[in-house]
Amino acid sequence: MATRGFTGRRPTAAFATRLPPGQFETDDFPVLSKGPTPRVDLATWRFTLSHGPKPLASWNWEEFEALPRTVWQGDIHCVTTWSKFDTTWEGVSIDDLLAAAGVAAPSGYALALSHDDYDTNVPAADLLDGRAMVATRFNGEPLAAEHGGPARLLVPHLYFWKSAKWLKGLKFTARDEAGFWELRGYHMRGDPWKQQRYSDDP
Amino acid sequence: MVRVAPLTPRIVSVFLKAPVGAPIAGQHLVVRLTAPDGYAAQRSYSIASSPAADAIELVIEKFEDGEVSPFFHEVVQPGDAIEVRGPLGGHFVWRAEDGGPLLLVAGGSGVAPLMAMVRAWRDAASPTPLLLLLSARGWDDLAFRDELIALQARAPLFSFIAATTREPARRSGDLGHRFDSTALQAALRHWGYAPQHAYVCGANRFVEAMATGLLEAGVAASRIRTERYGGAG
Repeated sequence: MATRGFTGRRPTAAFATRLPPGQFETDDFPVLSKGPTPRVDLATWRFTLSHGPKPLASWNWEEFEALPRTVWQGDIHCVTTWSKFDTTWEGVSIDDLLAAAGVAAPSGYALALSHDDYDTNVPAADLLDGRAMVATRFNGEPLAAEHGGPARLLVPHLYFWKSAKWLKGLKFTARDEAGFWELRGYHMRGDPWKQQRYSDDP
Repeated sequence: MVRVAPLTPRIVSVFLKAPVGAPIAGQHLVVRLTAPDGYAAQRSYSIASSPAADAIELVIEKFEDGEVSPFFHEVVQPGDAIEVRGPLGGHFVWRAEDGGPLLLVAGGSGVAPLMAMVRAWRDAASPTPLLLLLSARGWDDLAFRDELIALQARAPLFSFIAATTREPARRSGDLGHRFDSTALQAALRHWGYAPQHAYVCGANRFVEAMATGLLEAGVAASRIRTERYGGAG
């Protein structure tokens, strides 16, 4: 059904193929979070990989920074309908984290765990084969606190609420356990190209 | 079916009668506009009306370069049909049974979801103290100003402090400058309650400053909920 009098502003042809349906492009980097920005101290920062309640490996900041680095460039998409093009992220891929821990992905799903008690669920397949990292740098600079620094998950092919800020751990789970927003009406997977925004989207 | 009324020089209220469920105060609707060729744009707008209200009131600030907000300021006509989805949102919400003391901090059009909470509090005759801090550029930019002043006059448990960042204060107790950390702490001291729930809504810079100020004032992070408006409209 067309809205009377609405014509809209379409992306340029060059951008149209890069913009998922229902999104618009912004030069800004909007900030969204459920509460105050946590201030995470690098001196006590730790990242823990676990399988259910069982820790598999854990790194302090210095050890984490010494892991193999990955750079990813591309576009990110927020469920609130903004997309940002040509972003550059640097961090440690989930593949390299698992390799450093000496394990393969122990189950089919994971929960990303944050310092502000946020969590979000991601299928393991979306984290592997170079599709995701724990990012510590954005556009060449240490990741700012309001954007999730010192470290956030980056799963750029899913809506950005899956890229949990202020990350402290990744817990593999036997089942697909809903995280913070997933318990509050948002989609379990969140593929922007399929507009998987809310729980009743296919 | 839609009706539009000016709220401030830059903000309109959009009243909708939509076949959607009753909202919880703080929730938003997704509004979807579709062009004749099928191209569609969608945005989320907070609901300002009471959960008990007949019509849903959305608060839409005009962004000059925006794609959707100018439509509601310049194009839409009474009676037009608008596609909506929702109400949505399960975190930045307050129900009367959540109680308080309840602290609401709003910048500009960020007052919308907090206005729904004020009205829900009023309609439920909630026994909890409520303090609303509202910041805007000038006296006429204070959305819902007259309704809030009238409520303050008759509801002893409702406190309302306005901050005008580009004009002098008009009322005793208001501020003629922004809420900084000092002003925030003074307001909380004067109120005399420790907030059980604090909701902060507005542009990111405002929310960041206010949330930090609340932490400095001793409010636990777990009691502070934020909603940050992007600059896209």
